[in-house]
Amino acid sequence: MKSLILIIISGALINNVVLNQFLGICSFLGVSKQMKASASLGGAVIFVITIASAVASLLYDYVLKPFGLDFMKTIVFILVIAALVQIVEMFLKKTSPGIYKALGIFLPLITTNCAVLGVALTNVQNGYNFIESVLSGFGTAVGFTIAIVLLASIRVRIREEDLPAPLRGAPIVMISAALMSIAFMGFGGLSF
Amino acid sequence: MNKYVERLYNGLIKENPTLVLMLGMCPTLAVSTRAFNGIGMGLSTTAVLILSNLVISLLRKAIPDEVRLPAYIVIVASLVTVTELLIEAYLPSVYEALGIYIPLIVVNCIILGRAEAFANKNKPLLSVMDGIGMGLGFTVALTLAGLVREVLGNGTAFGLRVLPKSVEPMGIFVQPPGAFLVIALFIIIMNAIGIKTRQKNLVDGCDGCCAKCMSSCQKALPVQEKKAEEVTE
Repeated sequence: MKSLILIIISGALINNVVLNQFLGICSFLGVSKQMKASASLGGAVIFVITIASAVASLLYDYVLKPFGLDFMKTIVFILVIAALVQIVEMFLKKTSPGIYKALGIFLPLITTNCAVLGVALTNVQNGYNFIESVLSGFGTAVGFTIAIVLLASIRVRIREEDLPAPLRGAPIVMISAALMSIAFMGFGGLSF
Repeated sequence: MNKYVERLYNGLIKENPTLVLMLGMCPTLAVSTRAFNGIGMGLSTTAVLILSNLVISLLRKAIPDEVRLPAYIVIVASLVTVTELLIEAYLPSVYEALGIYIPLIVVNCIILGRAEAFANKNKPLLSVMDGIGMGLGFTVALTLAGLVREVLGNGTAFGLRVLPKSVEPMGIFVQPPGAFLVIALFIIIMNAIGIKTRQKNLVDGCDGCCAKCMSSCQKALPVQEKKAEEVTE
């Protein structure tokens, strides 16, 4: 039980997916202009990564490994993730229009978010079982959401500031991300 | 200028994928802790890019337009798997250093971006030259970032000590925050000397769809922004 909680905390805070492992930087920097949009993206990412890591873990344990095909994992995972996102999108559209409205437009964009493939591959590398994979996926995605919402709230504040011209745009966003990353390094000192 | 040489110039300088087009930020930030890692990652990506450009250019008339993205992803993923196995077998130290970022070459925007923007419209030889140019441009940028971080954070360049012992290296530069700081510094310098970069792509253009950044995303963007506004309201 303790190790399961540790997996979530480590995924969300200590090895934060964007600030420590640099996965999903495109959407982290690209969608963090507004709070609401970034929170919805975060929701969609939690949803997709959790499902994707569950499916990837089952596929790896029951199909790829027994048949000695684990070198195919990159190809299989990327295709499964792409297909999965489509299916989730169609399913949500039919069954729960409310959630679809909130998350829908972000779902297709997540297919190529490297964090999704990254988590699936890390789980396999760490030898996680099904439950551990799902929790690690969930924790990582929560970490992504925390980071993107925090960055969005910082960006809302620096938008009106009078910055030196060369710093405007991408540089100041990256410097904010660097400071957040320093703060998140503090979680590395957590011990259990 | 010869059009083949022009592709090299275009990839290395004029449209440098990392410094000017601002593509492929994930590997740039992640593996630039050492200059050697930059070279390793850059050359692995270059190999995949050259081959994927070649294959996609050869198949450009055979792949139907509607399913081109899945087809490209399969081609790129196969090439990445081959590259990964080769690196694991012959360069185990590079494999150790780059780890999970080698399979993640699949989702590097530069590769699918070039397939969309160049290889599916041009002849094989020209596409290969484009792959070489873009790949080397990526390698140079990664190595440069790695060199700056290694000198500042570790006092060494390519493993050799360059700063005197009396200078305490700033460890933060080889830690994750240093990656953001060094790339921010590069963009600031380019802004200050007036080199136009496509940084808008990075901070408010490309909304998360890495691989489609280059072309389809930009066309679709106005529609999506409108939808996003409707949703947020």
